[in-house]
Amino acid sequence: MSLLKLEKLVKDFGGLRAVDEVSFAVEAGDIFGLIGPNGAGKTTVFNLITGNYVPNKGKVIFDGQVLNGLAPNKIVTLGVARTFQTIRLFKALSALENVLAGCHCRMKSGSIAAMLKTPFQKREEKEAIQLALAELDFVGLGDDADTRSDSLSYGNQRLLEIARALATQPKLLILDEPAGGMNEQETDALIEIIARIKARGITVLLIEHDMSLVMQACEKLVVIEYGRKIAEGLPEEIKVNKKVIEAYLGTDDEEEGEACF
Amino acid sequence: MKRNIIYLLLALLLAVSPAFLNAYWVDVLNNVGMYALLALSLNLILGHAGLFHMGHAAFYAVGAYTTAILNTSFDIPVLWTMPLAGLIAGLFALMVARPIIHLRGDYLLIVTIGFVEIVRIALINNVFGITGGANGIFGIDRPYLFGFKIRKPHEFFYLIWGFMAVTVFLFHRLENSRFGRALNFLREDDVAAEGSGINTTYYKLIAFVIGAVWAGMVGTIYAAKMTIIAPESFNFWESVVMFMIVILGGAGSIRGVILGAFLVIGLPEIFRGMGTISDLINSLFSSFGVTLSLDFSNFSKARMLIFGAAMVIMMIFRNAGLLPPLPRKYPLKKIREEMRIREEVRIREEMKIGEEMP
Ligand SMILES: Nc1ncnc2c1ncn2[C@@H]1O[C@H](COP(=O)(O)OP(=O)(O)O)[C@@H](O)[C@H]1O
Ligand SMILES: [Mg+2]
Repeated sequence: MSLLKLEKLVKDFGGLRAVDEVSFAVEAGDIFGLIGPNGAGKTTVFNLITGNYVPNKGKVIFDGQVLNGLAPNKIVTLGVARTFQTIRLFKALSALENVLAGCHCRMKSGSIAAMLKTPFQKREEKEAIQLALAELDFVGLGDDADTRSDSLSYGNQRLLEIARALATQPKLLILDEPAGGMNEQETDALIEIIARIKARGITVLLIEHDMSLVMQACEKLVVIEYGRKIAEGLPEEIKVNKKVIEAYLGTDDEEEGEACF
Repeated sequence: MKRNIIYLLLALLLAVSPAFLNAYWVDVLNNVGMYALLALSLNLILGHAGLFHMGHAAFYAVGAYTTAILNTSFDIPVLWTMPLAGLIAGLFALMVARPIIHLRGDYLLIVTIGFVEIVRIALINNVFGITGGANGIFGIDRPYLFGFKIRKPHEFFYLIWGFMAVTVFLFHRLENSRFGRALNFLREDDVAAEGSGINTTYYKLIAFVIGAVWAGMVGTIYAAKMTIIAPESFNFWESVVMFMIVILGGAGSIRGVILGAFLVIGLPEIFRGMGTISDLINSLFSSFGVTLSLDFSNFSKARMLIFGAAMVIMMIFRNAGLLPPLPRKYPLKKIREEMRIREEVRIREEMKIGEEMP
């Protein structure tokens, strides 16, 4: 059984069909890429999975459960974590606290326990901080725990978002253009981090424009254009797929298309 | 550490101050305390969760009326009604906040202003025939604490500021917990908070409920302090004052909110008291044959102007308030050390197992 399955997803924005009967399946353990030109509907597909949008038609099935209509926080609790294309950190808070946001859904203590400072609450709080520090270490931001998140570099802010997502202890991690705004070294470090995420047994679904990253990191790709799936397969297959090359470069020279990848 | 010593000294100074002050000034401190309590409860909603709630006086009213009705109609001792006043204010908040909780910013502000007006008008119209209409309810008993009747301002001072101490203690813990953080996350970015697994609707509601429970309990103290309450005591202006205290003092900061209450409630009284100073100066000059007619007490009449201007200046130059919240402190060093030790133990055990295996 696939970990994530999209069945003929449709999403309309007014008269615009942003996602048009998109279906694909992500197997557990995969690093799966979703690519396509700008405005193709990739982010919209992610938002349909994470519950930020409700599909007009079709189904999202995760781990055997239909996600349609569930609140985003519920979907996170079920094991789907995400990052955002435009960085959405809690700017005024420290890196540690940003990661603690991810820990939240695995904790239990409420307001009354906090006021009474019960032993359980104290222990839970300490364990959460340990977990958050471990996730910061994992992405290489261990020394920045106290730093305000908006004073981190752009690349590090992206990594912090990944740490926050990992702290929710997901089965599936969804990354929306994680290399956006990163330089070459940062991108290389990201590729290595993604590999280590996979090694932890977490399935990764990512959108990316940086083709070198896609080709290096992803094991399987789906390509969409104008909201429709136009190709699916291994990176090597996608690289030489006529439709895909056309989508990216218009109907020009095939050679040029390959060079782009 | 140094900061804590300053707070402790200020608290001690405040605790002994009634011994040096007359009833009038103690009552001023009592008012400061009441508004500080209300503003602290509003601070959870407005400061921590960032919800523009301008209707807090409604919850205060529900608490005060609950106490007044239970005490005058059912003879329940005033302080016994406190938990119930909180509970009913909390339930009321849950009811009215549920349908509007998804509203943002200015929309929420407008609707919550409606809370106050609806409650006030309902009270004037004597809903359920138990609120006494425009005249309100009178003859509320004085509270008893450990068999001691609280009557004079000097006595109320310790009730009010004692409740303040409890409130600060509990709210400080609340701020520095998973709960307090969740409110801050949704204030900073509620899409990201939701996407990180935080049930933002739930936390917004709970912020409203806890804030209302506290405002309701402060309502109990108010009813006992005044012995007579009327709808006009809970008008829109009260909500504005609480809102102003939080924003001016520092949204999300306990010390800021308390400072805000001293400034917004206490300063006008000091200006009023300045009348004697200007009289003194006038008489001093007149003894030299110079006629002056200074009247510093006029400042208190201009206080709305002054606060209005202060708010504008604040919003431009210091929009986090006078004493903005400090970042939370985490014992990272200690926790790091524990993590390191645990890791070492783990490695040593692994090596041991490795040695035992041939
Ligand atoms: N909330 C929205 N309301 C209206 N149109 C939207 C919304 N989100 C995305 N769109 C439109 O849907 C299309 C797909 O957008 P998006 O999913 O962001 O593309 P991609 O991530 O592939 O670049 C675009 O034409 C975009 O303008
Ligand atoms: Mg996008």
